[in-house]
Amino acid sequence: MNVIALMKALPGSVAQGLIWGLLAMGVYITYKVLDYADLTVDGSLCTGGAVAVMMMLAGYHPFLALVGATIAGMLAGLVTGVFHVTFGIPAILSGILTQLGLYSVNMRIMGKSNQAISVDKYNLLLSLRNIPKAIFVASISCVIVIVILYWFFGTELGRSIRATGNNENMSRAQGINTKTMKIIGLMLSNGLVGLSGALYAQYQGNADVNMGRGAIVIGLAAVIIGGVLFGKLFHNFAFRLVGVVFGAILYFVVITIVLQLGLETTDLKLVSALIVAVFLAVPYLRGQYYTKHGKKRREGKCLN
Amino acid sequence: MLELKEIYKTFNPNSPNEKRALNGVNLTLEAGDFVTIIGGNGAGKSTMLNAVAGVWPVDSGQVMIDGVDVTKLPEHKRAIYLGRVFQDPMNGTATDMEIEENLAIAYRRGQSRGLRWGITAKEREWYKELLKTLDLGLETRLRAKVGLLSGGQRQALTLLMATLKKPKLLLLDEHTAALDPKTAAKVLELSDRMIEENGLTALMVTHNMKDAIAHGNRLIMMSNGRIILDIKGEEKQKLTVEDLLQKFSVASGSEFVNDRALLG
Repeated sequence: MNVIALMKALPGSVAQGLIWGLLAMGVYITYKVLDYADLTVDGSLCTGGAVAVMMMLAGYHPFLALVGATIAGMLAGLVTGVFHVTFGIPAILSGILTQLGLYSVNMRIMGKSNQAISVDKYNLLLSLRNIPKAIFVASISCVIVIVILYWFFGTELGRSIRATGNNENMSRAQGINTKTMKIIGLMLSNGLVGLSGALYAQYQGNADVNMGRGAIVIGLAAVIIGGVLFGKLFHNFAFRLVGVVFGAILYFVVITIVLQLGLETTDLKLVSALIVAVFLAVPYLRGQYYTKHGKKRREGKCLN
Repeated sequence: MLELKEIYKTFNPNSPNEKRALNGVNLTLEAGDFVTIIGGNGAGKSTMLNAVAGVWPVDSGQVMIDGVDVTKLPEHKRAIYLGRVFQDPMNGTATDMEIEENLAIAYRRGQSRGLRWGITAKEREWYKELLKTLDLGLETRLRAKVGLLSGGQRQALTLLMATLKKPKLLLLDEHTAALDPKTAAKVLELSDRMIEENGLTALMVTHNMKDAIAHGNRLIMMSNGRIILDIKGEEKQKLTVEDLLQKFSVASGSEFVNDRALLG
Protein backbone atom coordinates (compact mmCIF):
# COMPACT_ATOMS: atom_id res chain seq x y z
CA MET A 1 0.00 0.00 0.00
CA ASN A 2 1.26 3.42 -0.87
CA VAL A 3 1.09 5.31 2.41
CA ILE A 4 1.91 8.70 0.93
CA ALA A 5 -0.82 8.38 -1.68
CA LEU A 6 -3.19 7.36 1.09
CA MET A 7 -2.33 10.38 3.23
CA LYS A 8 -2.89 12.59 0.23
CA ALA A 9 -6.27 11.06 -0.43
CA LEU A 10 -7.53 11.23 3.16
CA PRO A 11 -8.54 14.93 3.30
CA GLY A 12 -10.72 14.29 0.27
CA SER A 13 -12.45 11.41 2.00
CA VAL A 14 -13.07 13.59 5.04
CA ALA A 15 -14.71 16.23 2.84
CA GLN A 16 -16.83 13.60 1.12
CA GLY A 17 -17.74 12.06 4.47
CA LEU A 18 -18.93 15.43 5.78
CA ILE A 19 -21.06 16.04 2.68
CA TRP A 20 -22.57 12.56 2.89
CA GLY A 21 -22.97 13.10 6.62
CA LEU A 22 -25.91 15.37 5.77
CA LEU A 23 -27.51 12.51 3.85
CA ALA A 24 -26.70 10.13 6.70
CA MET A 25 -28.51 12.41 9.16
CA GLY A 26 -31.51 12.29 6.85
CA VAL A 27 -31.34 8.50 6.86
CA TYR A 28 -31.05 8.60 10.65
CA ILE A 29 -34.37 10.46 10.84
CA THR A 30 -36.24 7.81 8.87
CA TYR A 31 -34.35 4.67 9.89
CA LYS A 32 -33.82 5.40 13.58
CA VAL A 33 -36.32 8.06 14.62
CA LEU A 34 -39.29 6.99 12.48
CA ASP A 35 -38.31 3.31 12.23
CA TYR A 36 -38.97 3.48 8.48
CA ALA A 37 -36.61 2.09 5.84
CA ASP A 38 -36.89 4.81 3.20
CA LEU A 39 -35.32 4.02 -0.17
CA THR A 40 -36.36 7.34 -1.73
CA VAL A 41 -32.83 8.51 -0.93
CA ASP A 42 -31.27 6.93 -4.03
CA GLY A 43 -33.44 9.16 -6.20
CA SER A 44 -33.71 12.31 -4.09
CA LEU A 45 -29.93 12.72 -3.77
CA CYS A 46 -29.69 13.20 -7.52
CA THR A 47 -32.81 15.37 -7.53
CA GLY A 48 -31.06 17.72 -5.10
CA GLY A 49 -27.90 17.76 -7.19
CA ALA A 50 -29.79 18.25 -10.44
CA VAL A 51 -31.91 21.11 -9.13
CA ALA A 52 -28.89 22.86 -7.62
CA VAL A 53 -26.76 22.55 -10.77
CA MET A 54 -29.55 23.65 -13.11
CA MET A 55 -30.37 26.62 -10.90
CA MET A 56 -26.75 27.73 -10.79
CA LEU A 57 -26.38 27.27 -14.54
CA ALA A 58 -29.43 29.50 -14.86
CA GLY A 59 -27.62 32.13 -12.81
CA TYR A 60 -29.15 31.73 -9.37
CA HIS A 61 -27.05 32.36 -6.28
CA PRO A 62 -25.53 29.11 -4.87
CA PHE A 63 -27.36 29.60 -1.57
CA LEU A 64 -30.65 29.83 -3.39
CA ALA A 65 -29.68 26.67 -5.27
CA LEU A 66 -29.22 24.90 -1.93
CA VAL A 67 -32.66 26.02 -0.82
CA GLY A 68 -34.14 24.84 -4.12
CA ALA A 69 -32.44 21.44 -3.78
CA THR A 70 -33.71 21.04 -0.22
CA ILE A 71 -37.27 21.85 -1.24
CA ALA A 72 -37.03 19.41 -4.18
CA GLY A 73 -35.87 16.69 -1.80
CA MET A 74 -38.73 17.46 0.56
CA LEU A 75 -41.22 17.09 -2.29
CA ALA A 76 -39.76 13.65 -3.06
CA GLY A 77 -40.25 12.73 0.60
CA LEU A 78 -43.80 14.03 0.45
CA VAL A 79 -44.55 11.72 -2.49
CA THR A 80 -43.21 8.67 -0.64
CA GLY A 81 -45.17 9.70 2.45
CA VAL A 82 -48.42 10.04 0.51
CA PHE A 83 -47.82 6.67 -1.20
CA HIS A 84 -47.39 5.02 2.17
CA VAL A 85 -49.76 6.88 4.46
CA THR A 86 -52.61 7.82 2.14
CA PHE A 87 -52.53 4.94 -0.33
CA GLY A 88 -51.43 2.24 2.11
CA ILE A 89 -48.45 1.06 0.05
CA PRO A 90 -45.87 -0.75 2.22
CA ALA A 91 -43.02 1.48 3.40
CA ILE A 92 -40.19 -0.06 1.41
CA LEU A 93 -42.22 -0.28 -1.78
CA SER A 94 -43.31 3.38 -1.48
CA GLY A 95 -39.66 4.41 -1.42
CA ILE A 96 -38.78 2.16 -4.34
CA LEU A 97 -41.62 3.58 -6.44
CA THR A 98 -40.60 7.18 -5.77
CA GLN A 99 -36.95 6.35 -6.42
CA LEU A 100 -37.80 4.75 -9.75
CA GLY A 101 -40.03 7.61 -10.81
CA LEU A 102 -37.39 10.14 -9.80
CA TYR A 103 -35.01 8.75 -12.42
CA SER A 104 -37.27 10.15 -15.14
CA VAL A 105 -37.84 13.36 -13.18
CA ASN A 106 -34.11 13.85 -12.75
CA MET A 107 -33.54 13.31 -16.48
CA ARG A 108 -36.22 15.92 -17.18
CA ILE A 109 -34.63 18.38 -14.79
CA MET A 110 -31.18 18.00 -16.34
CA GLY A 111 -32.21 17.30 -19.94
CA LYS A 112 -29.37 14.76 -20.22
CA SER A 113 -27.75 12.21 -17.94
CA ASN A 114 -24.90 14.47 -16.81
CA GLN A 115 -24.69 18.22 -16.29
CA ALA A 116 -21.27 19.65 -15.54
CA ILE A 117 -20.71 22.87 -13.64
CA SER A 118 -17.20 24.26 -13.66
CA VAL A 119 -15.69 25.82 -10.56
CA ASP A 120 -13.78 28.16 -12.88
CA LYS A 121 -16.89 29.69 -14.37
CA TYR A 122 -19.26 29.53 -11.43
CA ASN A 123 -19.03 30.67 -7.86
CA LEU A 124 -19.41 27.24 -6.23
CA LEU A 125 -19.62 26.88 -2.45
CA LEU A 126 -17.16 24.02 -2.48
CA SER A 127 -15.13 21.95 -4.89
CA LEU A 128 -12.68 19.05 -4.79
CA ARG A 129 -10.14 21.45 -6.29
CA ASN A 130 -9.98 23.21 -2.90
CA ILE A 131 -10.32 20.54 -0.26
CA PRO A 132 -9.64 22.60 2.89
CA LYS A 133 -12.38 24.99 1.85
CA ALA A 134 -14.67 22.05 1.05
CA ILE A 135 -14.06 20.58 4.52
CA PHE A 136 -14.78 23.96 6.08
CA VAL A 137 -18.03 24.54 4.18
CA ALA A 138 -19.25 20.97 4.74
CA SER A 139 -18.41 21.11 8.45
CA ILE A 140 -20.31 24.36 8.90
CA SER A 141 -23.28 22.84 7.05
CA CYS A 142 -23.24 19.79 9.32
CA VAL A 143 -23.04 21.91 12.47
CA ILE A 144 -25.94 24.12 11.35
CA VAL A 145 -28.05 21.08 10.48
CA ILE A 146 -27.27 19.36 13.81
CA VAL A 147 -28.24 22.48 15.75
CA ILE A 148 -31.51 22.82 13.82
CA LEU A 149 -32.36 19.13 14.18
CA TYR A 150 -31.55 19.16 17.90
CA TRP A 151 -33.90 22.06 18.38
CA PHE A 152 -36.61 20.61 16.14
CA PHE A 153 -36.73 17.21 17.79
CA GLY A 154 -37.04 18.93 21.16
CA THR A 155 -40.17 20.83 20.13
CA GLU A 156 -43.69 19.52 20.63
CA LEU A 157 -43.87 18.61 16.95
CA GLY A 158 -40.45 16.93 16.91
CA ARG A 159 -41.23 14.93 20.03
CA SER A 160 -44.49 13.80 18.45
CA ILE A 161 -42.53 12.49 15.46
CA ARG A 162 -40.21 10.59 17.81
CA ALA A 163 -43.18 9.17 19.70
CA THR A 164 -44.73 8.05 16.40
CA GLY A 165 -41.56 6.15 15.49
CA ASN A 166 -41.47 4.65 18.95
CA ASN A 167 -45.05 3.56 19.53
CA GLU A 168 -47.80 4.37 17.07
CA ASN A 169 -50.61 3.05 19.27
CA MET A 170 -49.57 5.21 22.15
CA SER A 171 -49.14 8.22 19.89
CA ARG A 172 -52.64 7.95 18.48
CA ALA A 173 -54.06 7.39 21.96
CA GLN A 174 -52.38 10.65 22.95
CA GLY A 175 -53.97 12.47 20.03
CA ILE A 176 -50.99 12.55 17.67
CA ASN A 177 -51.83 12.33 13.98
CA THR A 178 -49.28 9.62 13.18
CA LYS A 179 -49.88 9.85 9.43
CA THR A 180 -48.95 13.51 9.30
CA MET A 181 -45.93 12.88 11.54
CA LYS A 182 -44.60 10.24 9.15
CA ILE A 183 -44.99 12.56 6.18
CA ILE A 184 -43.23 15.41 7.98
CA GLY A 185 -40.40 13.06 8.97
CA LEU A 186 -39.98 11.81 5.41
CA MET A 187 -39.97 15.35 4.05
CA LEU A 188 -37.38 16.49 6.56
CA SER A 189 -35.21 13.48 5.82
CA ASN A 190 -35.29 13.84 2.06
CA GLY A 191 -34.81 17.59 2.33
CA LEU A 192 -31.47 16.85 3.96
CA VAL A 193 -30.69 14.30 1.27
CA GLY A 194 -31.44 16.93 -1.40
CA LEU A 195 -29.16 19.39 0.37
CA SER A 196 -26.44 16.75 0.52
CA GLY A 197 -26.88 16.10 -3.22
CA ALA A 198 -26.57 19.82 -3.98
CA LEU A 199 -23.27 20.06 -2.11
CA TYR A 200 -21.99 16.81 -3.57
CA ALA A 201 -22.74 17.90 -7.14
CA GLN A 202 -20.78 21.09 -6.56
CA TYR A 203 -17.96 19.16 -4.94
CA GLN A 204 -17.52 16.82 -7.89
CA GLY A 205 -18.37 19.48 -10.48
CA ASN A 206 -21.39 17.79 -12.00
CA ALA A 207 -24.76 16.26 -11.34
CA ASP A 208 -25.15 12.76 -12.70
CA VAL A 209 -28.31 10.73 -12.99
CA ASN A 210 -26.52 7.81 -11.37
CA MET A 211 -24.98 9.75 -8.48
CA GLY A 212 -27.54 8.44 -6.02
CA ARG A 213 -27.25 4.79 -6.86
CA GLY A 214 -26.62 2.93 -3.61
CA ALA A 215 -26.80 6.15 -1.56
CA ILE A 216 -29.18 4.54 0.93
CA VAL A 217 -26.58 1.88 1.69
CA ILE A 218 -23.92 4.51 2.32
CA GLY A 219 -26.35 6.42 4.53
CA LEU A 220 -27.20 3.27 6.46
CA ALA A 221 -23.53 2.41 6.75
CA ALA A 222 -22.86 5.80 8.33
CA VAL A 223 -25.80 5.49 10.72
CA ILE A 224 -24.85 1.97 11.75
CA ILE A 225 -21.11 2.60 12.04
CA GLY A 226 -21.87 5.76 14.03
CA GLY A 227 -24.20 3.77 16.28
CA VAL A 228 -21.89 0.83 16.86
CA LEU A 229 -18.73 2.87 17.44
CA PHE A 230 -20.10 5.92 19.21
CA GLY A 231 -23.44 4.70 20.58
CA LYS A 232 -21.97 3.90 23.99
CA LEU A 233 -20.34 7.32 24.21
CA PHE A 234 -23.12 9.50 22.95
CA HIS A 235 -26.59 9.52 24.45
CA ASN A 236 -27.60 13.08 23.75
CA PHE A 237 -29.49 13.45 20.46
CA ALA A 238 -27.13 16.10 19.06
CA PHE A 239 -24.10 13.95 19.84
CA ARG A 240 -25.73 10.97 18.20
CA LEU A 241 -25.99 13.04 15.03
CA VAL A 242 -22.32 13.93 15.41
CA GLY A 243 -21.70 10.17 15.66
CA VAL A 244 -23.59 9.66 12.40
CA VAL A 245 -21.41 12.26 10.64
CA PHE A 246 -18.30 10.58 12.05
CA GLY A 247 -19.71 7.31 10.74
CA ALA A 248 -19.94 8.80 7.26
CA ILE A 249 -16.39 10.14 7.43
CA LEU A 250 -15.12 6.77 8.63
CA TYR A 251 -16.94 5.04 5.81
CA PHE A 252 -15.16 7.15 3.17
CA VAL A 253 -11.82 6.71 4.91
CA VAL A 254 -12.30 2.94 4.79
CA ILE A 255 -13.25 3.16 1.13
CA THR A 256 -10.13 5.20 0.39
CA ILE A 257 -7.96 2.61 2.11
CA VAL A 258 -9.67 -0.17 0.18
CA LEU A 259 -8.99 1.67 -3.07
CA GLN A 260 -5.36 2.06 -2.13
CA LEU A 261 -5.21 -1.69 -1.65
CA GLY A 262 -5.77 -2.01 -5.35
CA LEU A 263 -9.50 -2.52 -5.78
CA GLU A 264 -11.32 -0.89 -8.69
CA THR A 265 -13.87 1.87 -8.10
CA THR A 266 -16.45 -0.46 -9.59
CA ASP A 267 -15.78 -2.86 -6.69
CA LEU A 268 -16.91 -0.22 -4.20
CA LYS A 269 -20.59 -1.13 -4.29
CA LEU A 270 -19.74 -4.65 -3.20
CA VAL A 271 -17.50 -3.31 -0.46
CA SER A 272 -20.26 -0.97 0.73
CA ALA A 273 -22.81 -3.75 0.84
CA LEU A 274 -20.43 -5.96 2.80
CA ILE A 275 -19.57 -3.21 5.29
CA VAL A 276 -23.25 -2.64 6.04
CA ALA A 277 -23.94 -6.38 6.24
CA VAL A 278 -21.08 -6.89 8.70
CA PHE A 279 -22.08 -4.01 10.93
CA LEU A 280 -25.69 -5.21 10.97
CA ALA A 281 -24.71 -8.80 11.60
CA VAL A 282 -22.30 -8.24 14.47
CA PRO A 283 -24.84 -6.99 17.07
CA TYR A 284 -27.28 -9.73 16.04
CA LEU A 285 -24.73 -12.55 16.28
CA ARG A 286 -23.44 -11.19 19.55
CA GLY A 287 -26.99 -11.30 20.91
CA GLN A 288 -27.36 -14.90 19.75
CA TYR A 289 -24.08 -15.86 21.32
CA TYR A 290 -25.09 -14.45 24.69
CA THR A 291 -28.43 -16.23 24.56
CA LYS A 292 -26.88 -19.54 23.70
CA HIS A 293 -24.26 -19.34 26.40
CA GLY A 294 -26.70 -18.36 29.08
CA LYS A 295 -25.14 -15.01 29.70
CA LYS A 296 -27.22 -11.96 30.18
CA ARG A 297 -28.28 -10.87 26.74
CA ARG A 298 -27.51 -7.34 25.85
CA GLU A 299 -30.38 -5.25 24.71
CA GLY A 300 -31.50 -6.48 21.30
CA LYS A 301 -31.52 -3.09 19.65
CA CYS A 302 -28.06 -2.06 20.70
CA LEU A 303 -27.36 0.06 17.67
CA ASN A 304 -28.39 3.44 18.93
CA MET B 1 -71.32 10.78 29.21
CA LEU B 2 -71.03 7.89 26.78
CA GLU B 3 -73.75 6.56 24.55
CA LEU B 4 -73.40 3.52 22.32
CA LYS B 5 -76.32 2.89 19.99
CA GLU B 6 -76.71 -0.39 18.11
CA ILE B 7 -73.00 -0.94 17.48
CA TYR B 8 -72.17 -3.72 15.03
CA LYS B 9 -68.71 -4.84 13.99
CA THR B 10 -67.65 -7.88 12.00
CA PHE B 11 -64.01 -8.73 11.45
CA ASN B 12 -62.87 -10.40 8.21
CA PRO B 13 -66.34 -10.26 6.62
CA ASN B 14 -67.12 -12.80 3.86
CA SER B 15 -64.14 -14.97 4.70
CA PRO B 16 -63.73 -18.25 6.60
CA ASN B 17 -62.41 -16.23 9.54
CA GLU B 18 -65.50 -14.03 9.70
CA LYS B 19 -66.16 -13.02 13.29
CA ARG B 20 -69.09 -10.96 14.46
CA ALA B 21 -67.40 -9.23 17.37
CA LEU B 22 -70.06 -6.69 18.30
CA ASN B 23 -73.65 -7.67 17.79
CA GLY B 24 -75.84 -4.68 18.56
CA VAL B 25 -74.28 -3.10 21.63
CA ASN B 26 -76.31 -0.49 23.48
CA LEU B 27 -74.91 1.28 26.50
CA THR B 28 -75.43 4.59 28.24
CA LEU B 29 -73.08 5.86 30.94
CA GLU B 30 -73.91 8.67 33.33
CA ALA B 31 -71.19 11.10 34.35
CA GLY B 32 -69.22 9.58 37.21
CA ASP B 33 -70.15 5.99 36.39
CA PHE B 34 -67.35 3.50 36.96
CA VAL B 35 -68.36 0.40 35.03
CA THR B 36 -66.56 -2.93 35.17
CA ILE B 37 -66.94 -5.21 32.16
CA ILE B 38 -66.66 -8.98 32.40
CA GLY B 39 -67.18 -11.85 29.98
CA GLY B 40 -65.56 -14.89 28.45
CA ASN B 41 -62.87 -14.86 25.77
CA GLY B 42 -64.16 -13.36 22.54
CA ALA B 43 -67.20 -11.87 24.24
CA GLY B 44 -66.42 -8.45 22.79
CA LYS B 45 -65.15 -6.61 25.87
CA SER B 46 -61.97 -5.16 24.41
CA THR B 47 -63.65 -4.77 21.03
CA MET B 48 -66.25 -2.53 22.62
CA LEU B 49 -63.52 -0.35 24.14
CA ASN B 50 -61.78 -0.18 20.76
CA ALA B 51 -65.05 0.86 19.15
CA VAL B 52 -65.27 3.73 21.63
CA ALA B 53 -61.63 4.68 21.01
CA GLY B 54 -62.05 4.55 17.23
CA VAL B 55 -59.26 2.05 16.52
CA TRP B 56 -61.28 1.11 13.41
CA PRO B 57 -64.62 2.32 12.07
CA VAL B 58 -67.70 0.42 13.24
CA ASP B 59 -69.97 -1.22 10.62
CA SER B 60 -73.06 0.51 11.93
CA GLY B 61 -74.30 2.30 14.99
CA GLN B 62 -73.41 5.50 16.76
CA VAL B 63 -70.85 6.50 19.38
CA MET B 64 -71.57 9.66 21.39
CA ILE B 65 -69.20 11.07 23.97
CA ASP B 66 -70.60 13.85 26.16
CA GLY B 67 -73.24 14.64 23.56
CA VAL B 68 -70.79 14.77 20.62
CA ASP B 69 -71.17 12.25 17.82
CA VAL B 70 -67.65 10.86 17.35
CA THR B 71 -68.60 7.89 15.15
CA LYS B 72 -66.77 9.32 12.14
CA LEU B 73 -63.77 10.74 13.99
CA PRO B 74 -60.38 8.99 13.60
CA GLU B 75 -58.61 7.60 16.64
CA HIS B 76 -56.26 10.52 17.23
CA LYS B 77 -59.13 13.02 17.20
CA ARG B 78 -61.19 11.03 19.69
CA ALA B 79 -58.17 11.03 21.96
CA ILE B 80 -59.24 14.52 23.08
CA TYR B 81 -62.01 12.89 25.10
CA LEU B 82 -60.32 9.69 26.17
CA GLY B 83 -57.68 8.41 28.56
CA ARG B 84 -56.57 4.89 27.76
CA VAL B 85 -54.57 2.18 29.48
CA PHE B 86 -53.87 -1.07 27.63
CA GLN B 87 -53.37 -4.67 28.62
CA ASP B 88 -49.78 -4.79 27.41
CA PRO B 89 -47.59 -2.45 29.48
CA MET B 90 -45.47 -1.90 26.35
CA ASN B 91 -48.41 -0.32 24.57
CA GLY B 92 -49.13 2.78 26.63
CA THR B 93 -45.75 4.49 26.60
CA ALA B 94 -42.93 5.42 24.22
CA THR B 95 -40.13 3.24 25.57
CA ASP B 96 -37.16 5.03 24.01
CA MET B 97 -38.33 8.34 25.43
CA GLU B 98 -37.88 9.72 28.92
CA ILE B 99 -40.53 9.60 31.66
CA GLU B 100 -40.96 13.38 31.54
CA GLU B 101 -41.21 13.34 27.74
CA ASN B 102 -43.99 10.77 27.88
CA LEU B 103 -45.84 12.90 30.41
CA ALA B 104 -45.31 16.04 28.32
CA ILE B 105 -46.76 14.28 25.27
CA ALA B 106 -49.77 13.14 27.30
CA TYR B 107 -50.25 16.63 28.73
CA ARG B 108 -50.64 17.99 25.20
CA ARG B 109 -53.38 15.56 24.27
CA GLY B 110 -56.03 17.45 22.34
CA GLN B 111 -53.78 20.45 21.65
CA SER B 112 -52.08 21.33 18.42
CA ARG B 113 -48.39 20.50 18.60
CA GLY B 114 -46.19 23.17 17.14
CA LEU B 115 -42.67 24.48 17.38
CA ARG B 116 -42.78 25.44 21.04
CA TRP B 117 -40.24 23.61 23.19
CA GLY B 118 -41.75 20.25 24.16
CA ILE B 119 -41.52 20.61 27.94
CA THR B 120 -41.34 23.56 30.34
CA ALA B 121 -39.57 23.87 33.69
CA LYS B 122 -42.88 24.49 35.43
CA GLU B 123 -44.33 21.28 34.01
CA ARG B 124 -41.32 19.36 35.19
CA GLU B 125 -41.91 20.42 38.79
CA TRP B 126 -45.55 19.45 38.53
CA TYR B 127 -44.68 16.03 37.09
CA LYS B 128 -42.32 15.48 39.99
CA GLU B 129 -45.14 16.14 42.44
CA LEU B 130 -47.50 13.82 40.58
CA LEU B 131 -44.94 11.02 40.34
CA LYS B 132 -44.37 11.31 44.09
CA THR B 133 -48.04 10.41 44.66
CA LEU B 134 -47.47 7.12 42.79
CA ASP B 135 -44.99 6.16 45.51
CA LEU B 136 -42.79 4.20 43.10
CA GLY B 137 -39.67 6.32 43.36
CA LEU B 138 -40.14 7.67 39.84
CA GLU B 139 -39.97 11.32 40.96
CA THR B 140 -36.17 11.12 41.00
CA ARG B 141 -35.97 9.46 37.56
CA LEU B 142 -37.66 12.01 35.33
CA ARG B 143 -34.95 11.71 32.69
CA ALA B 144 -34.89 7.89 32.69
CA LYS B 145 -36.04 6.03 29.58
CA VAL B 146 -39.43 4.38 30.10
CA GLY B 147 -37.97 1.16 28.66
CA LEU B 148 -36.06 0.75 31.93
CA LEU B 149 -39.23 0.58 34.05
CA SER B 150 -41.02 -2.56 35.20
CA GLY B 151 -44.44 -3.51 33.85
CA GLY B 152 -46.19 -2.25 36.99
CA GLN B 153 -44.31 1.05 36.93
CA ARG B 154 -45.23 1.50 33.28
CA GLN B 155 -48.92 0.84 33.89
CA ALA B 156 -48.88 3.32 36.77
CA LEU B 157 -47.20 5.87 34.51
CA THR B 158 -49.70 5.17 31.72
CA LEU B 159 -52.54 5.72 34.20
CA LEU B 160 -51.02 9.03 35.17
CA MET B 161 -50.65 9.95 31.47
CA ALA B 162 -54.26 8.98 30.80
CA THR B 163 -55.55 11.25 33.56
CA LEU B 164 -53.03 14.10 33.29
CA LYS B 165 -55.44 15.93 31.06
CA LYS B 166 -58.77 15.07 32.63
CA PRO B 167 -60.53 12.81 30.11
CA LYS B 168 -64.29 12.63 29.62
CA LEU B 169 -63.94 8.90 29.75
CA LEU B 170 -61.20 6.59 31.02
CA LEU B 171 -60.82 3.26 29.20
CA LEU B 172 -58.99 0.53 31.11
CA ASP B 173 -58.53 -2.56 28.95
CA GLU B 174 -57.47 -5.44 31.23
CA HIS B 175 -54.74 -3.13 32.39
CA THR B 176 -53.64 -5.39 35.24
CA ALA B 177 -53.81 -8.72 33.39
CA ALA B 178 -50.11 -8.80 32.53
CA LEU B 179 -48.95 -7.98 36.08
CA ASP B 180 -48.15 -10.19 39.03
CA PRO B 181 -50.97 -10.31 41.66
CA LYS B 182 -49.34 -7.91 44.09
CA THR B 183 -48.53 -5.30 41.46
CA ALA B 184 -51.95 -5.79 39.90
CA ALA B 185 -53.60 -5.01 43.23
CA LYS B 186 -51.52 -1.87 43.58
CA VAL B 187 -52.32 -0.63 40.09
CA LEU B 188 -56.01 -1.33 40.67
CA GLU B 189 -55.93 0.62 43.89
CA LEU B 190 -54.24 3.46 42.07
CA SER B 191 -56.89 3.36 39.35
CA ASP B 192 -59.64 3.56 41.98
CA ARG B 193 -57.95 6.52 43.61
CA MET B 194 -57.45 8.44 40.36
CA ILE B 195 -61.01 7.83 39.24
CA GLU B 196 -62.35 9.00 42.58
CA GLU B 197 -60.06 12.02 42.99
CA ASN B 198 -60.76 13.31 39.50
CA GLY B 199 -64.43 12.30 39.47
CA LEU B 200 -63.87 10.38 36.22
CA THR B 201 -66.27 8.28 34.21
CA ALA B 202 -64.58 4.97 33.50
CA LEU B 203 -64.93 1.64 31.71
CA MET B 204 -62.76 -1.17 33.03
CA VAL B 205 -62.46 -4.52 31.31
CA THR B 206 -61.30 -7.29 33.60
CA HIS B 207 -61.17 -11.07 33.52
CA ASN B 208 -61.36 -11.27 37.28
CA MET B 209 -64.91 -11.58 38.68
CA LYS B 210 -63.86 -10.57 42.17
CA ASP B 211 -62.26 -7.38 40.87
CA ALA B 212 -65.29 -6.69 38.73
CA ILE B 213 -67.50 -6.95 41.81
CA ALA B 214 -65.20 -5.07 44.18
CA HIS B 215 -64.65 -2.04 41.94
CA GLY B 216 -66.97 0.48 40.38
CA ASN B 217 -70.63 1.24 40.82
CA ARG B 218 -71.92 -0.78 37.90
CA LEU B 219 -71.10 -4.10 36.28
CA ILE B 220 -71.90 -5.32 32.80
CA MET B 221 -71.37 -8.79 31.44
CA MET B 222 -70.87 -9.50 27.76
CA SER B 223 -71.33 -12.61 25.68
CA ASN B 224 -71.17 -13.07 21.91
CA GLY B 225 -70.83 -9.39 21.22
CA ARG B 226 -73.78 -8.30 23.34
CA ILE B 227 -74.34 -6.94 26.79
CA ILE B 228 -76.31 -9.65 28.59
CA LEU B 229 -76.26 -8.31 32.13
CA ASP B 230 -76.24 -4.82 33.56
CA ILE B 231 -76.13 -4.59 37.33
CA LYS B 232 -75.99 -1.31 39.23
CA GLY B 233 -76.69 0.41 42.51
CA GLU B 234 -77.54 -1.62 45.54
CA GLU B 235 -77.77 -4.83 43.60
CA LYS B 236 -74.16 -4.41 42.50
CA GLN B 237 -73.02 -3.83 46.07
CA LYS B 238 -74.53 -7.09 47.29
CA LEU B 239 -73.29 -9.14 44.36
CA THR B 240 -71.21 -12.31 44.88
CA VAL B 241 -69.34 -14.50 42.42
CA GLU B 242 -71.98 -17.22 42.80
CA ASP B 243 -74.76 -14.74 41.98
CA LEU B 244 -72.85 -13.64 38.94
CA LEU B 245 -72.36 -17.19 37.64
CA GLN B 246 -76.00 -17.98 38.19
CA LYS B 247 -77.13 -14.80 36.46
CA PHE B 248 -74.83 -15.57 33.57
CA SER B 249 -76.29 -19.02 32.94
CA VAL B 250 -79.82 -17.61 33.11
CA ALA B 251 -79.03 -14.73 30.77
CA SER B 252 -76.99 -16.67 28.24
CA GLY B 253 -78.48 -20.15 28.59
CA SER B 254 -75.04 -21.69 29.04
CA GLU B 255 -72.33 -22.20 31.64
CA PHE B 256 -69.70 -19.54 32.14
CA VAL B 257 -66.57 -21.02 30.67
CA ASN B 258 -63.45 -19.13 31.58
CA ASP B 259 -61.22 -20.66 34.21
CA ARG B 260 -59.15 -17.54 34.39
CA ALA B 261 -62.16 -15.53 35.53
CA LEU B 262 -63.14 -18.07 38.19
CA LEU B 263 -59.73 -18.80 39.62
CA GLY B 264 -58.24 -15.33 39.37
